[in-house]
Parts: sequence; C-alpha cells; structure tokens
Amino acid sequence: MNSFIIAGRELRNLFLSPLAWTILGVTQLILAYMFLTQIDYYLTIQAKLVGIPNAPGVTDLVVAPLFGNAAVILLLITPLLTMRFISDERRNKTISLLFSAPISISEIVLGKFLAIFAFLLIILLSIALMPLSLLTVGDLDLGKFFACLLALALLMAAFNALGLYMSAIATQPTVAAVSSFGALLFLWIIDWAGSNSGNSSALLDYISIMRHFENLLRGLVNTTDVAYFVLFTAGFLILSIRRLDNDRLQS
Amino acid sequence: MNTLIEVNNLSRQFGEYCAVNDVSFSLQKGEVLGFLGPNGAGKSTTMKMICGNLTPTIGEIKINGYDIIEQPKLAKAELGFLPEVPPLYPELTVDEYLSYCAKLHGLRKIAVKQAIEQGKLKCGLADMGHRLINNLSKGYQQRIGIAQAILHNPSVIILDEPTVGLDPLQILEIRQLIRELGKQHSVILSTHILSEVQQSCSRVQIIHHGKLVLNEDIAGLSRRMTSTSLLLRLRETPDLNQLRDINGVDAIDELGDQHYRIHHAQQLSLAEAIAELVVKQHWGLLELMPEKHDMEHIFLSITNDSSTHE
Repeated sequence: MNSFIIAGRELRNLFLSPLAWTILGVTQLILAYMFLTQIDYYLTIQAKLVGIPNAPGVTDLVVAPLFGNAAVILLLITPLLTMRFISDERRNKTISLLFSAPISISEIVLGKFLAIFAFLLIILLSIALMPLSLLTVGDLDLGKFFACLLALALLMAAFNALGLYMSAIATQPTVAAVSSFGALLFLWIIDWAGSNSGNSSALLDYISIMRHFENLLRGLVNTTDVAYFVLFTAGFLILSIRRLDNDRLQS
Repeated sequence: MNTLIEVNNLSRQFGEYCAVNDVSFSLQKGEVLGFLGPNGAGKSTTMKMICGNLTPTIGEIKINGYDIIEQPKLAKAELGFLPEVPPLYPELTVDEYLSYCAKLHGLRKIAVKQAIEQGKLKCGLADMGHRLINNLSKGYQQRIGIAQAILHNPSVIILDEPTVGLDPLQILEIRQLIRELGKQHSVILSTHILSEVQQSCSRVQIIHHGKLVLNEDIAGLSRRMTSTSLLLRLRETPDLNQLRDINGVDAIDELGDQHYRIHHAQQLSLAEAIAELVVKQHWGLLELMPEKHDMEHIFLSITNDSSTHE
C-alpha cells in the first residue's frame, strides 16, 4: 500500500517534467517509422511468400522486428528514466522524508520500481497499438503477439530494476545513466564471445539478455526465459534495497 | 511519568571519527528540549539517529517505548522530523506535497484533508495551498518543512534548526508554535541561537565533541546564570589586599587601567561592602557593576572547558 503512494507521487512527478512526454513522443515517432518501413518491406515480398509453404506471416515479419527494435530503444531510454529516481532523492536530501516515515526500505524501492514500470507499460501499450491496427486489414497471430508483449514487459522490468540499482549506488544521476547503459549493453552482447567460432560458452549464453528475449519474441514462452527475467529483476531489486539500507549504516 | 524518548549510551562512529560519544538522555511528555552545540558537535547526527535515518554504532533509542531498530514502523509512526534541509519536492504544490507526506504516515482520505488544513493553519500557510513549492521563499519552505513534521500529530517532534532563514516576525510565530506543540508533544529542537532556547525550551542540553556536557532544566540554567562576579573601575590604584579581606571575595582579576573583576561566592551581594570601602579609602569609584552571565557565557565556558580537558 505504501509502495503505491510512493509510486503515485513518482509517476505524477515524472509527468510534471518534460522528460516523460519527450520520451513518449520520441519512442513513438521512431518506432512508428520503423513499423512503416517494416510494413513496406512486407508488402514488397508478400507476393513471393505466397508460393512458399509454411512461410513466415505478418506477425513474424512485422510485429516481432518491431518489438526487437523497441528493445534497443528501451536500452537507450530506460537508463535516462531510472537515473534520478534514488540518486536525486539522496542529493536533494528528500530521502530523509522517506527514512523517517513509517515505511520500510523495501516499500520505498518497490514504489520507485512500480512508478517506472507503470510508465514503461504506457510505452508498451502505445507500441502495441501499432500491430493492433493491422487487425483492421488482416489477421495477426495473437499467440505470438502476446508472447512479444510479455517479452517486452519482462525486458522492461529487468532494465528498470538494473537502472534503479545503478541509481542507488551512484552519487550523480548521469553516472547512474552511463553505468546502467553500459551494464545493459554488456549483458545484451555478452554471448558474442566465441559465437563466431562456434564454441560459445553455455554460461555466457544463459547470462545474455538477448538470448532469452529472442526466444520469447519467436513465440516460445519458456519457463527458463521467464524465470531468467524474474530472477534478474528480483535480484537487482534486492540489491537496491540492500544498498539503500546501507545508507543508514554509513553515510 | 510518560517517557517519550529514551536514549541510552548512544555512540556513532564514521570510520575513525567519533561523531557522537556515549550520549544518554530521556524526554518526558510535554517537555521542549533545546539541543545546543557548536558546529560539528554531533547535534544533527544525534537527531538523525533518533529519527532512524542513521543507525547508531552502539546504543539504543526508544520512541514511546518502541525501539527504533527493532520496531521501526511503530516507532517512526510516533515521529515527526524536520531535517536541516527541509525535504521538499519543488515540482509539487504545497497541498500535493503535504497530502503525500500525510499518506506516507498512514493517514487515510478524510484524515489527510483535516491534517493538511490544520497543519497549514498552524504554520501560517493557509493561503499557500495552490502555490508551487519551487516558487515560495526560503521562509515559507521552512514552514512547509515544519508543517510536514507535525501533520500526522506525532507524539515526538524533532526539529533541526527550525528557524533558519525566517524573518524576525516568522521566528516569533514559530517559537510560539513550538511552545504550543510542547504542551501536547515532546519536542527536540536544535539550534545555535541561544536566546531561542531561553524562550522556548524547558530543558537544555549542550553537546560538544560528541559528548553531552550539560543537561539541565531551565530553572537550573537560570541558577547558573546568576552573577558571581563584579566589575569595578577606580580612579586611583587601590590596595588589593584590603579588597580581598572583604568577607566572601574569592579572587580579584586585574584587567588594567584600574579595572578589576571581583569573584565572589554565589547568592551573595558584595556591592555594598565594596562601595563602602572604596569611598572610605578615597579610591574614586567610577564603576561598580554585577556581571550578568547569559547563555552565551555558559555556553562558551562549557565548550571551552571541555575542549581544554581533552
């Protein structure tokens, strides 16, 4: 309950600043452009696809790439969104309001997480509207579409938790943004090592965010992949709680 | 008696540096405690610890019987805290901010509205509800900070330098408010303005180098403030031995230019005897004045004493 109070205030604050509106506008603009080019591409090869048995449909050729692109854009914007959530509060000393109120540290962190997640879900919703508009002219593989939605939602939660952790350890918002972007990008490409020579490590494959994300985008909803994202998110949330708790031990 | 704050053997270390060293005190309901000390003495650290913003290295803190470490939620529900820098969100309006604070402290819908109205009224913010905090002056922001601390009607109110940045009129109002709050709550007040303590507190503690060097109620303090010395100025050079022979004189300091300070025992007035002697010997009495000890003197003598002891 207390988390929702914090989340509500944070979300409100977010929309009071131009940042939220800019992010919404820019992502929508870029993704809409990508979506259109993807449709264009699909229309040019549509005729050839007719002849091929088991050919990929519009969901594979338009929807999945759209969500893939959205993931890359999220990689860029989530750090900017999460960067100030804890570090700013510490810099402006408003954190003492939360520390001296009857709320636990977990509720504080969870509240912040929920606020960002709610905002990201608004982005997700506006992205989902694009493929849904195709329903007016044709059919979608709804199963795959929902898998894509789930994939992106899980990815958002993971990015969010990591960004929040970086905001908790950094003293300045920009430092938090740069480090979370670095960490996310690194986890994104960590399976590149050895992948060209064919002897890639199973561990690095498992750690890589992209592997799990791509599985889900293909419509393979697998407990391994879902569990990966859940563990990732929970792990970084717990780390953030520990870090914030540490503030009281030695500041 | 109703003990609202109990602090036992509290210590806080930052690495090698010991900011607060073995501080113990307790506060009853209805007391206003003034917390004094030079810069860096450990006032803010102690207050932060009482409010659960810092964990003590050693020691325990109980708010209305609840341990701040063991039962933080119950203890903090009894607390209202105004830190050195008021924790404000400049993008919010006063009403939005106060309602957020009230909700954080567990107040529900109707209670929130009432609490905000009351808080605004008490702190003189009645017409400011729709203003953005960012656009308000430092004095008003300080008032919002105080309103935030008293909003949920806590039994213990802790104010870290509440009158900083206020104009003289506002300071008077805030002091009045603190005295009123002191009737129903316990208030701890840190300040470096000594007259503020004399006016609004019922008890005074002076902390220096992390140690509690004075813990006295206002009556005890005024006893300390009674004069124990006289200033004397003469035209001629007197025979000091004759002055020393007056019953009750402890010592005489020569301040130069026939200027003397005569120390005597407490609750004794030697002015008359000295005047008689001086007139009889024709030393030419120019000035004779009992020295008044004010807070500043006590404060300085205590803080100087304890620093030379170390």
